[in-house]
Amino acid sequence: MSVIKKKSGALPDPEKVKSEILAKYPPKVARKRAKQIVTTAPDMETPPEIMANVRTIPGIMTMRGCTYAGCKGVILGPTRDIVNITHGPIGCGFYSWLTRRNQTRPATPESENFMTYCFSTDMQDENIIFGGEKKLRAAIQEAYDLFRPKAIAVFSTCPVGLIGDDVHAISREMKEKLGINVFAFSCEGYKGVSQSAGHHIANNQIFTHVVGKDDTAPEGRFRITMLGEYNIGGDAFEIERLLEKCGITLVATFSGNSTYDQFARAHTADLCTVMCHRSINYVADMLETKYGIPWIKVNFIGAKATAKSLRRIAAYFEDKELIDRVERVIAEEMPAVEAAREAVLPRTTGKTAMLFVGGSRAHHYQELFKEMGMKTLSAGYEFGHRDDYEGRRVIPDIKVDADSRNIEEIEVSADEKRFRARKTGEQLRRLESEGVSFKEYEGLMADMKDNPAAVIDDLNQYEAEKLVEAYRPDIFCAGIKEKFSIQKLGIPMKQLHSYDSGGPYAGFTGAVNFYKEIDRLVNSKVFAYAKAPWQKNPELSATYVWE
Amino acid sequence: MLLRHTKPDVMERTALTINPAKTCQPIGAMYAAFGIRGCMPHSHGSQGCCAYHRSALTRHYKEPVSATTSSFTEGSSVFGGQANLLSAIENIFTIYNPDVIAVHTTCLSETIGDDIPQIADKAAKEGKVPSGKHIIHCNTPSYVGSHVTGFAGMVKAMVHYFAQSTGKRNGSVNIIPGWVEPSDMEEIKRLAGLMGIKSTLFPDTSGVLNGPLTGEYRMFPDAGTPVSALQAAGDAVGTLALGEWASAEAARLLDSKCKVPCKVLDLPIGLAATDRFIDTLRTVAGTTVPDSVEFERGQLVDVISDYHQWLYGKKVALVGDPDQLIALTEFLVSLDMQPIHIVSGTPGKRFEARIKEITESLGRPVNVRCGANADMFLLHQWMLNEPVDLIIGNTYCKYMARDLDVPLVRHGFPILDRPGHQYFPTVGYKGAMRLLEKILSALLDRKDRDDPEETFELVI
Repeated sequence: MSVIKKKSGALPDPEKVKSEILAKYPPKVARKRAKQIVTTAPDMETPPEIMANVRTIPGIMTMRGCTYAGCKGVILGPTRDIVNITHGPIGCGFYSWLTRRNQTRPATPESENFMTYCFSTDMQDENIIFGGEKKLRAAIQEAYDLFRPKAIAVFSTCPVGLIGDDVHAISREMKEKLGINVFAFSCEGYKGVSQSAGHHIANNQIFTHVVGKDDTAPEGRFRITMLGEYNIGGDAFEIERLLEKCGITLVATFSGNSTYDQFARAHTADLCTVMCHRSINYVADMLETKYGIPWIKVNFIGAKATAKSLRRIAAYFEDKELIDRVERVIAEEMPAVEAAREAVLPRTTGKTAMLFVGGSRAHHYQELFKEMGMKTLSAGYEFGHRDDYEGRRVIPDIKVDADSRNIEEIEVSADEKRFRARKTGEQLRRLESEGVSFKEYEGLMADMKDNPAAVIDDLNQYEAEKLVEAYRPDIFCAGIKEKFSIQKLGIPMKQLHSYDSGGPYAGFTGAVNFYKEIDRLVNSKVFAYAKAPWQKNPELSATYVWE
Repeated sequence: MLLRHTKPDVMERTALTINPAKTCQPIGAMYAAFGIRGCMPHSHGSQGCCAYHRSALTRHYKEPVSATTSSFTEGSSVFGGQANLLSAIENIFTIYNPDVIAVHTTCLSETIGDDIPQIADKAAKEGKVPSGKHIIHCNTPSYVGSHVTGFAGMVKAMVHYFAQSTGKRNGSVNIIPGWVEPSDMEEIKRLAGLMGIKSTLFPDTSGVLNGPLTGEYRMFPDAGTPVSALQAAGDAVGTLALGEWASAEAARLLDSKCKVPCKVLDLPIGLAATDRFIDTLRTVAGTTVPDSVEFERGQLVDVISDYHQWLYGKKVALVGDPDQLIALTEFLVSLDMQPIHIVSGTPGKRFEARIKEITESLGRPVNVRCGANADMFLLHQWMLNEPVDLIIGNTYCKYMARDLDVPLVRHGFPILDRPGHQYFPTVGYKGAMRLLEKILSALLDRKDRDDPEETFELVI
């Protein structure tokens, strides 16, 4: 690659890097990728249009996974008291067996927790030929006999969709028979174009089959939900600690450290907060339409972002006592954060990062890097949609293609019994004028105006390698599949899907953890040893040096 | 408390697998394909399969695992995956330029019935396969067999697509190492080298999935079995297939296709199995066993005799792959240990019979089961009914080990939380010594932890 980072520190023009990347592709591929790679610049008024949530090009080594992974692994993975049965051959169940560092904290040592178990119908060829319904029915019965759970969920894998097992009918039948909630997800891996379809299917079914089942509101004056928080590396534990300290009641988290009962009474909250916009923004909309709960976007990644989010929640409730308490908590927590930040700043300022993660993380983590004086040179989502990049204003313009049309959309209307508008239209407008914006997300690119940067959707291994060669960032953030090819290049790589061995990174304590972790990585000695001393020095002539 | 819901009453299950002791065929095919030099494994199905397999292998090896996928969406599932595979082939050769694309199917493409050889032919006719490049394939529906049989399938494909007989023997011995670690493949080559034997090992993942960090990334390192060596396998004097499950089919195909005689042996794990391996090598190649190999053997026997008192009568639970478990069980029995609960998710009738045979000298019943429902939940229940002193199995055993407070020696696939397996072998005499060291350390660490202070011993 001719465009390489200059010794002076000047960075190559992202447009040039883009054209070098595209040069290797067959023409048809290059045309498509050209629309998925855009560049931001300080003078841009509105973000450029990016093509996102479209099919991955066959043969190109994508970072993406599948619908089943999004449904079973991401959304239902962190919920501890539902027996999740994968209906299919053994592989899908095996690979989604706690491989995402889901953490949970049961109330007592005896409380239900099935997260360390993997349940599968382990379909054999005769089940493919003659159908797997009988086996699924028996598996649900056996799970019930062994564990007596309060709910059982069934996840369809690719062949189940093809052979046409009616997982929903069997679930209804078993629900009737066993007297517990049994529901299913048609989350076959081939649906949609990425994990995103799976999030959608998971959320819709939880909304349909669980939310609203229990009208008991937990005690507390300020009740909220946390949507799109998955307790990676214990993030939810830190957020829960902060909310409790502020006197805010967390009714439900979707779905980090969550339980079935939490989902069932989610509708009793008075405010919904959305962390990962991609995975769950539509649930926030549905909760508003059906139950009258407004939603705001929050971000607990980054100390400043955390403080801002807490203040925004307090502002919504318009309660002096709460507003003061939140200020006290922030004042109490910030000194430790500042001290940790001051300690690492001399070693992190001016360093550079790249982030290619999930559906909001490539955005959220830029806050933390900014706090450390680090610049993001390139970023993108693994399964984001245009609104995650460009902001919600583009939602009406997004064309729905065939792959998205296959994902069920549910229509909701106000619940006759349970709908209760939490704020009047006038109140909402006033709050908006005071800076509490509802149903709003500006997207990743709005926050990447500071410097020319490449924003890339559905990055692949070849492009990652080219980016690293061109920019030599000080750190690269992505997932496990990308980790070691980046590290072979001598660049530290931090996983932000599962945090490697670290975390939590949310909230104030999390920010401190992250500062320390990134300091460790960008200043690690190990990568300096990639070349042996004799590889760095010119060849010696064939005589002994002491001669 | 991690597996708090597992109770000792064993209920016969017909439908529900809990904590499986196997995974699906394609991942085995993918692993085997890395043992060919310059090979890109390709997963023909939804992209989730490829993502999961790459993630699992990456977590096990801590290495880049580059593999491509046909990225099926709903349309491909209805109309077939031909268009996806054709464009994948074109893109792979253009962008990554491998020597070989090794295609394996998934449950999706199998259920649709995609015909891979037909699609590969079409790609060649359309000029999408550059000259000198190859596409091979194997069928790996996930609802048949396990990761082990998937591995076997791809090894068989290597013979099917590449092995040729020129009618002239080349004096080389083929060794099919089975599903073992890159470090084990390296050790098998070293032993054959010590014996002065010209050998071709396939597949050979050493140097591919345990590579160095150099500041450069090479998707296709100079390692793995070259296509030319796979072609020449048809002219070898004989084939040693290590492991009935992972290697025998390929060896038998080579025998029928190219008339290369084969012997199927157990994996050379432990003393007796390594003895048989060395002895067979000696006979096949018509050579003598060098002193250096006998020296290593003697060292192993020495360590066993030095530490026998800590091994004698200790009860062990085992979970893993059949070829691995057969050799491991035999090793444990030879140490006078008692392997009493053994499960393998991989099906195969001969497994239970072999284990019964090997454990006969224990003079007591042994719990053994394989195939569907032979899972770690069952193993855990057996352990609740008759406790053991040691568990040997993959990383997932750590839940049981913690709950039951029993030491664990990690062995098998996958190992997600400890280093070593990529770099230090467990095959051969040296490997047996390492395995023995791990077993003894686990047992003695536990003893040091549990002994009352008055009997806490400095000298063991």
